[in-house]
Amino acid sequence: MTRGAALGIWEFVVGDDWRVALGVVVMLGATAVVAALGLPAWWLSPIATIAILYLSVRRAGADPRRVG
Amino acid sequence: MSGPQLSLAISVFLACAVEAVEAFTIVLAVGSARKWSSALLGVGVATVVLGVVIAALGPALTVLPIEVLRLVVGGLLLVFGLQWLRKAILRAGGAKALHDEMATFEEETAAAEGATLSEGIDSYSFAISFKAVLLEGLEVAFIVLTFGANQDDVPLAAFAAVLAVLAVVAAGLLARAPLARVPENSMKFVVGVLLTTFGVFWGAEGAGASWPGGDAALPVLATLIAAASWLMVRGLRGDRSRLALGSASG
Repeated sequence: MTRGAALGIWEFVVGDDWRVALGVVVMLGATAVVAALGLPAWWLSPIATIAILYLSVRRAGADPRRVG
Repeated sequence: MSGPQLSLAISVFLACAVEAVEAFTIVLAVGSARKWSSALLGVGVATVVLGVVIAALGPALTVLPIEVLRLVVGGLLLVFGLQWLRKAILRAGGAKALHDEMATFEEETAAAEGATLSEGIDSYSFAISFKAVLLEGLEVAFIVLTFGANQDDVPLAAFAAVLAVLAVVAAGLLARAPLARVPENSMKFVVGVLLTTFGVFWGAEGAGASWPGGDAALPVLATLIAAASWLMVRGLRGDRSRLALGSASG
């Protein structure tokens, strides 16, 4: 039951490409580090988000079985 | 109504309308093929469960410090939005089949007609309707809670969601058929762009970044993400054309 619920939550939030979730976590961590250093950090998220999306789309486009 | 409030209402309305169309198709198929009373009972129970989830988690989320809320919820919204947007790009680029309500209706009707009909409450009709409304509704509840909590306006988000459901049900009752003419794939693309935009905006703010121009950065971000997504669609279409040309000449 617990395992089933955990899998359901994973599937609901993370979906079929865990690399996207990992990329978002790394991106937000990097933004926090840059902001903590007192440097402008706003530019990082849009660029990284588009890069994450592009890589995920290319992977799925090359192998449509990856898409649920 | 302020710009961010309007964006919140539009995002929630569109996301909810798309999910409501999908749930409506399944309930219509099960209700028509089997027993309306049991299908509607499934819808009612799922709606109550969703209402309890929103009522329980909404106030809990708004208690969190705004920076923590924006970081966690922005990150979740971003992961969620990128899933929507990726599928929408793949559909628009021809790498994934378009969502077809009529095909879904026919599949669900065939499956419903094949199962044995129970006396009293028909467990099949109840279970399929309950599951459809709960699963599609959970996505809506997630969007209502994340948008509502971040803007400190859960009631507005919930109102937009209810309005979308009422609009879809009214359109469905008038049409008495699956809402196949709703531009669902385009709506999913727009919702994907909006979820990703708000996810980037709130996630970065929660991580300590300050946006130049504050809320005015939102439309710029949305335009940037929409343009990048459109270029990805063009790229996929180009790849598929080259593949088709290659196999035709090879």
